[in-house]
Amino acid sequence: MTDPAWINTALSSARPQAVAALLRYFRNLDTAEEAFQEACLRALRSWPEKGPPRDPAAWLIFVGRNSGIDAARRQSKQAPLPAEELVSDLEDAEANIAERLDGQHYRDDILRLLFICCHPDLPATQQVALALRIVSGLSVKQIARAFLVGESAMEQRITRAKARIANADVPFEAPGPVERSERVAAVLAMVYLVFNEGYSAGATEIANRAPLCEEAIRLARLLLRLFQTEPEVMGLTALLLLQHARAAARFDANGELVLMDDQDRSLWNKALIDEGLALIDKAMRHRRSGPYQIQAAIAALHARAARPEDTDWAEIDLLYSVLESMTPSPVVTLNRAVAFAKLRGPEAALKLIEPLAPKLSGYFHFFGVRGGLLMQLGRSDEAREAFDRAIALANTAAEAAHIRMHLDRLSAPSPVVKANAKAPSRQLQ
Amino acid sequence: MLYAILCYNNEDVVCAWSKEQDDEVMARLQVVTGKLRDQGRLGPVARLMPTTAATTLRKAKDEPLVIDGPFAETKEQFLGFYVVECETLDDAVDVARDLAEANPGGGSYELRPIGAFFPGKEAA
Repeated sequence: MTDPAWINTALSSARPQAVAALLRYFRNLDTAEEAFQEACLRALRSWPEKGPPRDPAAWLIFVGRNSGIDAARRQSKQAPLPAEELVSDLEDAEANIAERLDGQHYRDDILRLLFICCHPDLPATQQVALALRIVSGLSVKQIARAFLVGESAMEQRITRAKARIANADVPFEAPGPVERSERVAAVLAMVYLVFNEGYSAGATEIANRAPLCEEAIRLARLLLRLFQTEPEVMGLTALLLLQHARAAARFDANGELVLMDDQDRSLWNKALIDEGLALIDKAMRHRRSGPYQIQAAIAALHARAARPEDTDWAEIDLLYSVLESMTPSPVVTLNRAVAFAKLRGPEAALKLIEPLAPKLSGYFHFFGVRGGLLMQLGRSDEAREAFDRAIALANTAAEAAHIRMHLDRLSAPSPVVKANAKAPSRQLQ
Repeated sequence: MLYAILCYNNEDVVCAWSKEQDDEVMARLQVVTGKLRDQGRLGPVARLMPTTAATTLRKAKDEPLVIDGPFAETKEQFLGFYVVECETLDDAVDVARDLAEANPGGGSYELRPIGAFFPGKEAA
């Protein structure tokens, strides 16, 4: 592990635990981060020569704590000296001493860090940016690129978030059970948001934004280690794994979106699917359902179908109806329409989404689905109108190109069109 | 004698490998296992999913208890195994040494002699 790439992996996988422990000591995000950076620099100097420590996280916490204390001493000479055992040179100390000190705090530390990043005073955009910077350790540049904003704007967003946290008088003690479950829900939402930022990217941006999907999966795994018996955490992790498993099949060589029915299923990542299926099976045994589990169960039914025609649409429709009652939203009903059309035909699906029109009048996917259903019914003029509105609302070039493909089919006077028509839908990508 | 070489590592670290790093390690391990296979010494090999995907059935007085876990209290988790024919413990240590060289970083190998072996049918 003297190769820099391996050292970087060790540093980044130790990061959440190390920064979280340093935050416990210093109670200040910037100080904790600087101390971690300093420890990483020392690791890069020391590990290639001396070999990696047995427990990289414990090593980084020790070294980071010492360097943070040194820095604080330099800044204020008057401050009382910290206890001798804290400042002695422990770079080569036995990892098990550090382990004894820090192993017991692992869970609380990381939770505190995640809770701070998802503090209710912060808007979602700041939560995501802060978590990616502090917990995942992405550079401001990487985050800015992923969110398609300038580097200085992102820097500002993160600085503002830190300032809010500093002013919010964040308690450093672990929260009680009720508050804890509320805040875990906020963390799950943040992780899902990070994933969707990556997942909704078009083919041209995928190189910059796909890492967000991987970061989200890492964060979900981290949460799962902390909450190993929490079915919604299993559900979220399963959902992300199952969605991400299809990544290689979602765009064709020209960068155009490929709908799930048309995807080459041999490109789906079997290892990710297997892990996702194992997790959702585990979650369901708890019989404490939740929105992430339901969505993961839907994704699992798609993953289990060897061919599109093997998909269990009846079960998917049922799961969507459960999801609708759990989290009523026009978008959920819209997603259900696709399963509905497969089961009961396009006419029935159209009736299902008609009442959504006022709420979704600015939503690309609504007009995409509506156009697709109208096309299947042979109502070409209305379909064209819906597709035109969809193009006007498209978020990415790939989305617009996909709808244009449908428009081209509509113009071609071929009876085959009807048989090939498919309702475009985001959840089916 | 057959040895089970049990692989322990920090699953957080293993899960954080990039695809390139993972492929690189797997390719190097295949060189080691390929050599053993050519010598006719390689038995079943398995790489396990993280412990978070695992379930435990604990035998109880009445109905067995199905629970999540194992809960990884330790820093290293059981992540896979090799079954290898080794004449002596030294042979087994050599194999583990080759594996360690192919898969650098933290972790450890437990060399456990196999008491009884039932190969069963190869799974698909």
